[in-house]
Amino acid sequence: MSMQSATTIDPAEIAKFEAMAAEWWDPSGKFKPLHMLNPCRLDYITSQIAAEFDRDLKTAAPFAGLRLLDIGCGGGLLSEPMARLGADVTGADAAEGNIPVAKIHARQSGLEIDYRHTSAEALAAEGARFDVVLNMEVVEHVADPLAYLTACQQLLDPGGLMLCSTINRNAKSFATAILGAEYVMRWLPRGTHEWNKFITPEELYELISRAGLRPVDRKGFVFNPVTWAWSLSSRDLSVNYVTASVKGAAV
Amino acid sequence: MDSTADILIVGGGLNGPALALALAQGGLRVTLIDALEPAAQADPGFDGRAYALALASRRLLDALGVWGKVAGESQPILEIQVTDGRAGEGAAPWFLHFDHGEIEEGPMGHMIEDRYLRRALHEAMAADPRIALVAPAEVVAQETGPGGVTVTLADGAQQAARLLVGCDGRSSGTAARAGIGRTGWDYGQTALVCALRHELPHHGTAHQFFMPPGPLAILPLPGNRSSIVWTERTEAAAAINALDDSDYLAVLRPRFGDFLGEIALEGARFTYPLNLTLANAFVAERLALLGDAAHGVHPIAGQGLNLGLRDVGALAEVIVDAARRGEDIGAPDVLERYQRWRRWDTTTLALGTDMVNRLFSNDNPLLRAARDIGMGAVNAMPGLRRRFIREAAGLTGDLPRLMKGQAI
Repeated sequence: MSMQSATTIDPAEIAKFEAMAAEWWDPSGKFKPLHMLNPCRLDYITSQIAAEFDRDLKTAAPFAGLRLLDIGCGGGLLSEPMARLGADVTGADAAEGNIPVAKIHARQSGLEIDYRHTSAEALAAEGARFDVVLNMEVVEHVADPLAYLTACQQLLDPGGLMLCSTINRNAKSFATAILGAEYVMRWLPRGTHEWNKFITPEELYELISRAGLRPVDRKGFVFNPVTWAWSLSSRDLSVNYVTASVKGAAV
Repeated sequence: MDSTADILIVGGGLNGPALALALAQGGLRVTLIDALEPAAQADPGFDGRAYALALASRRLLDALGVWGKVAGESQPILEIQVTDGRAGEGAAPWFLHFDHGEIEEGPMGHMIEDRYLRRALHEAMAADPRIALVAPAEVVAQETGPGGVTVTLADGAQQAARLLVGCDGRSSGTAARAGIGRTGWDYGQTALVCALRHELPHHGTAHQFFMPPGPLAILPLPGNRSSIVWTERTEAAAAINALDDSDYLAVLRPRFGDFLGEIALEGARFTYPLNLTLANAFVAERLALLGDAAHGVHPIAGQGLNLGLRDVGALAEVIVDAARRGEDIGAPDVLERYQRWRRWDTTTLALGTDMVNRLFSNDNPLLRAARDIGMGAVNAMPGLRRRFIREAAGLTGDLPRLMKGQAI
């Protein structure tokens, strides 16, 4: 792939970002936990979008015509699959360094994605609107969850869908997400999460409702140490979980 | 770049076309590169080669729309008899007898000649607009990059895709070019393969005689015909194969026995040196290996094609599921799912058939007594016998959707 339009960045910088892209996309590297979780997250995301917008995942480019925003896009682990399924994708990340990394990888993958260094609030203020907002593993990192979720609501057109995942707050999530993932397995850098920012499913439903969206579904992401894989559960939301909410036709 | 597909398949035998059909059914675009002339694949004459398709493999071919085209040419295997024997002595008193009436799924397998299966697969490929055939063509180089893989053909043309699959057999060039080494050994045995016409009907019964130099399998074909896989030590096999047809039959007769009456050769005679060859990895960067390219096993249990088709079902399912999630189908974590699914299973089977061969291919009286008692014991226990039947039918383990009769 040529880099003709990547441009305003100097070649040494590009080499650095290429190395970082390779790191983001190495399934056994630094972002291993995200790669392991990704098929399970994608199964949930794709089935919810297909159900909400009446799309058939067995057809080519089932999400064609849908405008999708991926907040906290990182290296593009969710943005790229969504673009491959035909969605018109905008990826936003508050960490400026992620943007050129994600851009370089999308180009290598032959995908067209609009990556921007911006926030949900700034995009909402600009008047940007989407059919789908992906808000995965972000809400536990923001200072004011209600203000943030309200911005997400404003980013949706009526009839739009928001998918939001986070980590539950209880003794088990402390043990697995912080002690387990950060200290024992070293899957995540220490200090990645602050346990008191974790949100229970009831609290999240309440926040989403106050932000002006209607929660319609929630599922747990459950890790099975025998098969070493994640799966979706309707009952077990004790650690990682995901929700789907829709914006009513009348706002 | 001359063309771009989602998946490039190298090898147009049986597994390659089956994989192409499965992936195309899943909505993906496939280019298959075959070394042989398309005309030779589309209309092969009768050459004596035939396969014992397990029930699960038949279901996969059915789901791919191929089984209906060959069903009329197939012979159901209704019974399997396994016997310990010595040339000229007849069967030992203890033997295993498997009857399809003992499991609910019907015949445990079907015999099908290579010519019918090959033609049906190639016709189905030609009818699918999502599959492009490049043949005859030889791959001389392959190169992976961050977004895909490119192969170069002998005439300089290039083909690109997101994933390359090697279905190019035991001495897979695709594996070698990717630097994947192989582990294995030679058995010092060679299989003599041919088809016979016989006087008396076989009633759909397959026979496996365990003889000291190696097993003799007699597999029923439609009409009064059977396919023979006759294993001898390599030097003996070479000597037998050098004989003319009537002397060849004269050597075979005492081993074969007279239960099917007079026998005569039909079609050509083949020899296959037997070796075990396992690829050290089933996947590499943007590459997956399948069938004999991944695992060439001893043909003792007729499992080569069945194992290959199980790989087809598994790899197609992993790739199609990944594509429907929007994942990069050539990404290492996607390919690892296929390797985890298939590698243990095939390695176990490879070593299992190796062990059975070592146990049975000898004339040690102690081992002979032990295996006769073992076979008698299995035969006496219906539960264990039923398990063997289900294993032979390919109904055990983690089955791909296509082998459960479901759509991809």
